[in-house]
Amino acid sequence: MSDPTHDPLPPPASAVPLDRLLAGPVRVVNIGLEQFATDLAGNGAAVVHVEWTPPAAGDAKLAALLAKLGG
Amino acid sequence: MSAVAKNEVRRGFYLDSVRLMQVAAVLKSDVPGVEEAALMIGTPANLAILAAAGLIAGGTDAGPNDLVIAVRARDEDAAVAALAAARAHLERRAARPAGSKHRPRSLDGALAELAGANLALISVPGAFAAAEARRALSRGLNVMVFSDNVSLADEVALKDEAAARGLLMMGPDCGTALVAGTPIGFANSIPLGPIGIVAASGTGLQEVSSLLARAGSGVSHGIGVGGRDLAREVGARMTFAAMAALERDPATAHIVLVSKPPDPGVARRVLDRAAGAAKPITVCFLGAETRASYGDRRVVATLSEAAESALGRPVAAVLPELRAANGRARICGAFVGGSLCAEAQTVLRDGGLAIGSNAPIPGAAATRSHAAGNVLIDFGADEYTVGRPHPMIDPAVRDGAVAALLGQTDVAVVLADIVLGFGAHPDPAGALSRIVAAGPSKRPLVIASVCGTEGDPQGYARQVATLTEAGIAVAPSNAAAARAALIALGKTG
Repeated sequence: MSDPTHDPLPPPASAVPLDRLLAGPVRVVNIGLEQFATDLAGNGAAVVHVEWTPPAAGDAKLAALLAKLGG
Repeated sequence: MSAVAKNEVRRGFYLDSVRLMQVAAVLKSDVPGVEEAALMIGTPANLAILAAAGLIAGGTDAGPNDLVIAVRARDEDAAVAALAAARAHLERRAARPAGSKHRPRSLDGALAELAGANLALISVPGAFAAAEARRALSRGLNVMVFSDNVSLADEVALKDEAAARGLLMMGPDCGTALVAGTPIGFANSIPLGPIGIVAASGTGLQEVSSLLARAGSGVSHGIGVGGRDLAREVGARMTFAAMAALERDPATAHIVLVSKPPDPGVARRVLDRAAGAAKPITVCFLGAETRASYGDRRVVATLSEAAESALGRPVAAVLPELRAANGRARICGAFVGGSLCAEAQTVLRDGGLAIGSNAPIPGAAATRSHAAGNVLIDFGADEYTVGRPHPMIDPAVRDGAVAALLGQTDVAVVLADIVLGFGAHPDPAGALSRIVAAGPSKRPLVIASVCGTEGDPQGYARQVATLTEAGIAVAPSNAAAARAALIALGKTG
């Protein structure tokens, strides 16, 4: 049997995903203004910038439908 | 000779709006004879802006997948030179330096590269933002949507989806957040500390966090929920989720909740929830007249009071007393921060002044003109930012209004805010100081405050010194600037 003073249980991983975000560190996917990715990287955050272009040949309604379908 | 307007369409070309505005600004400043220049993706809304500006008089067949380069210049040669310069800039921006890293073109591509990703920051054009946010939530990511022009129906649906998944959905129209010490978007450099902030107010979050930082404290998290979260239709969905998260968060000892003027019914529900909060909490609904204190549950009226309540002591030094010249009786404000404009209105209204604004708080009149009365204008409001950079990025529109006010003989005080931080103009104090230095010798008092910290790229002390050298009085907070204006008019403040 483990000694609780020397082998403490790790804190329970929260069941709520947003609590894990607040526990940090943030790891960001940046979609849009590149400046945000540059600033995040400058502040030491892990970030990947997506080279985004309008999906569905610029048809926003079709893009929304695709996202709803899980694409 | 009459001006010549020319445009050119690049098919299937996309670059983000900030970078396009940077190219347009270079054309105007560097190519002789250019009067106006704009580079925009050819969405119907953007084409309407270009048409209204007289830049596509001959029409265009551009679609939402195309880039329009449009210029107006003094003659044909200058217009042709401007289009050539635009092409050259775009080629340079499109070219990647040798050896630079491949970049993913989709969310899924990015997730394959970044193990453990936990937040998607979305700032694509509003028509596409909800789709990107929905996709990110479905992949288990928390989301911050900077984009505006997202429908209320989409906002509610996205926030419900996030709640069902236990995720955070910050925004839409969320410009600022601090998560576990990392500034995101237009945020300031803020040390970690015991105070957690939930904000439906971008510059509200910046002002409270900066005041805390300058007072030696810090922020655990600053969770932006989007300016409409406390609107009736959204019902504070994300505010409640964020409050609960900060109650659970071991790093947070005191919660501050800041919002632009909320829907009254939603405000009551939030106050009910705050009364039962598991931690000390301070609520600041900008524009509300309520102040209340029940032990460590407090309702305050200004951002600086919110910071003081959380800190347990005053945050800012006292400003030396100023006196307006005889015969000058009006206070006018020109703001880049919407919440700072609302806070200043609150101080002046509660000081007994009749006030007007383009973004009026309860009790203020609606006006867009500085011509008469005490008027505070928010130059970050939508009517000033269509097709233009926000004044936090380029304060020219706001500074132009200050220049006009300096010449008005009945204006006693001009109030202005200087907002620092990541993404903001590199030297906003310098820009305002040049305007004031070029103004008439007999001019109104100019009272400014600087929202930011020493760790910001612009440096708080340097910005204050620049303003002071130009003869601008610098108050220790935005609320203190408004109070100093009241005192200068002989009001008690």
